Amino acid sequence: MSAKNLLEVQKITMQFGGLKAVDSLEFHIKEGELMGLIGPNGAGKTTVFNMLTGVYQPTSGQVVFAGMPLKGLKPFQISHLGMTRTFQNIRLFKELSVLENVLIAGAQHLTYGLGAAVMQNSLFLKEEKSLREQAMHLLKIFNLEGKAHAPSMALPYGEQRKLEIVRALATKPQLICLDEPAAGMNHQETHNLMDLIAKIRKEFNLTVLLIEHDMKLVMGICERIMVLDHGIKIEEGTPQVIQNSAKVIEAYLGVDDEDNTAEVH
Amino acid sequence: MLKALKNPFLALLAMLAFGAIVNVAFNSFIQLMLVIILINMILAMSLNLVNGYTGQFSLGHAGFMAVGAYASAYLSTQMPLLPQPFEIFSFLLYALVGGCLAAAAGFVVGLPSLRLKGDYLAIVTLGFGEIIRVVLQSTPAVGGARGMFGIPGPSEPKFIAGYIHASIWVIITFFVIWRVVKSTHGRAFLSVREDEIAAEAMGINTTKAKVRAFVLSSFFAGIAGSIFAHFTNYLNPSSFSFARSVDSVIMVVLGGMGSMSGAILAAIFITVMPEALRPLQELTGVDLRMVIYALSLILLMILRPKGLFGNKEITDYVRKKSS
Ligand SMILES: Nc1ncnc2c1ncn2[C@@H]1O[C@H](COP(=O)(O)OP(=O)(O)OP(=O)(O)O)[C@@H](O)[C@H]1O
Ligand SMILES: [Mg+2]
Repeated sequence: MSAKNLLEVQKITMQFGGLKAVDSLEFHIKEGELMGLIGPNGAGKTTVFNMLTGVYQPTSGQVVFAGMPLKGLKPFQISHLGMTRTFQNIRLFKELSVLENVLIAGAQHLTYGLGAAVMQNSLFLKEEKSLREQAMHLLKIFNLEGKAHAPSMALPYGEQRKLEIVRALATKPQLICLDEPAAGMNHQETHNLMDLIAKIRKEFNLTVLLIEHDMKLVMGICERIMVLDHGIKIEEGTPQVIQNSAKVIEAYLGVDDEDNTAEVH
Repeated sequence: MLKALKNPFLALLAMLAFGAIVNVAFNSFIQLMLVIILINMILAMSLNLVNGYTGQFSLGHAGFMAVGAYASAYLSTQMPLLPQPFEIFSFLLYALVGGCLAAAAGFVVGLPSLRLKGDYLAIVTLGFGEIIRVVLQSTPAVGGARGMFGIPGPSEPKFIAGYIHASIWVIITFFVIWRVVKSTHGRAFLSVREDEIAAEAMGINTTKAKVRAFVLSSFFAGIAGSIFAHFTNYLNPSSFSFARSVDSVIMVVLGGMGSMSGAILAAIFITVMPEALRPLQELTGVDLRMVIYALSLILLMILRPKGLFGNKEITDYVRKKSS
């Protein structure tokens, strides 16, 4: 595996009024790695994603992605650089079809302009066709191709989560940040999803940063894990290291470990 | 019929055939109404791009219409019409210039207000509409508050020439907007309406999408203004009041946010309704028109809160039945 750092996070802090949601966090992800980010409710995991993807600008510190400092970049620009995400609270384009959701994420790779769309010239037809084929290919991997024309809000919950991932993949990312992709899924579905994540990782050469509540699950697939508690990184290492860390056990025992899927972030 | 919806030339032919029938079968009042309907269709379809498809709220469509109308009218007094049968090209050119100026105004108004999150656009466009009106009222070169007289219009037969000009633009408006929103760039407009944060995360430059939609919408509002100017031969700043902007918004809301069929039908309904109720006024001696008009709007919004069509199209229903 290449040893290049794809993502470098340098002492980022996010302050909301008096609350330090994330405090001087430092970490890096190597190309091709699958890294886990865990921590109790309210630990600041989603806030980390929001800083990485430009939804929030860190109060201090900086993020460097593929050698580019992300300071001041807007979320769409960061997406163009190759970092994308899914949302814990599912943010699909509800009224649009499953296929449309995926097509929109591919828009950044189009070269035709509005004029070509109006004239429907050959460039337009060619690019729209190939975009559609790529979208259908992605949907097929996640077993959603049969529902391509259904409105995305009509999908069952588990499939909406999958569609979030498909949509993110359509941006052709290098790094994909998954925010509790298995939240609300049953054991079987979760298992199935983890296999899919392993599969797309190979097929698309992806680097993955995964937030997950389910400790067992994260232990199973991540190579490296970091643990956040009250905005501070309390541990980082291989699953074994995490499993045997007194600090981690304490953090998890200190709060009740109920899933809080209703959280809106 | 469905084929005509795919091909602009077939669609134009169908409209012209309809115009030819109206030309012989109906009186000049109906003919006038028909052209006004076409103008309103352009206003409704273009505003739908912003308020319906892109999910922003513009309240100043009349302002952009005014820019197009006055620019086009002024230009036509400065350069002579081409001789028949090329006269129509003069009008197309005036409209194009009016549309471009309205689009430029749209850019200037839209860029700063669309960059901000929140409903700044409604406030800024409302202000813009009023400012334009006041500026026109105090500009002697275009007649000021008295209005602008003697604007060149299509020569006889007036109805058919005006109708052809308006029809051409209705078709252009329809196909441009339709094809844009059915392209992936246009779907980006829809994603802004659905969820701006998710759209940005998926690589959509949401500010650019909003400004594009707004500029295109302003362009066609300017076109509608130009057709209006040359068909009525007279412009008055009060024709472009806030009420006209509200009328356009009502057409979009009534038809269904993000439905072309809805915008078109609502334009017909909103234009015809007050006139159709006129006999009632004569009968009773009181102006019940506005009461009934308002009541029927309220009723419609209760029965179909998402507008006549929601975000569907007529063709969606036709297809469902046939399949
Ligand atoms: N925009 C915001 N304004 C104020 N406080 C915020 C904001 N976003 C997050 N917070 C706070 O920051 C802290 C961390 O929240 P965050 O959503 O990052 O936690 P999390 O680790 O993702 O939790 P969960 O496991 O429940 O998803 C919480 O106390 C939350 O209330
Ligand atoms: Mg979270």
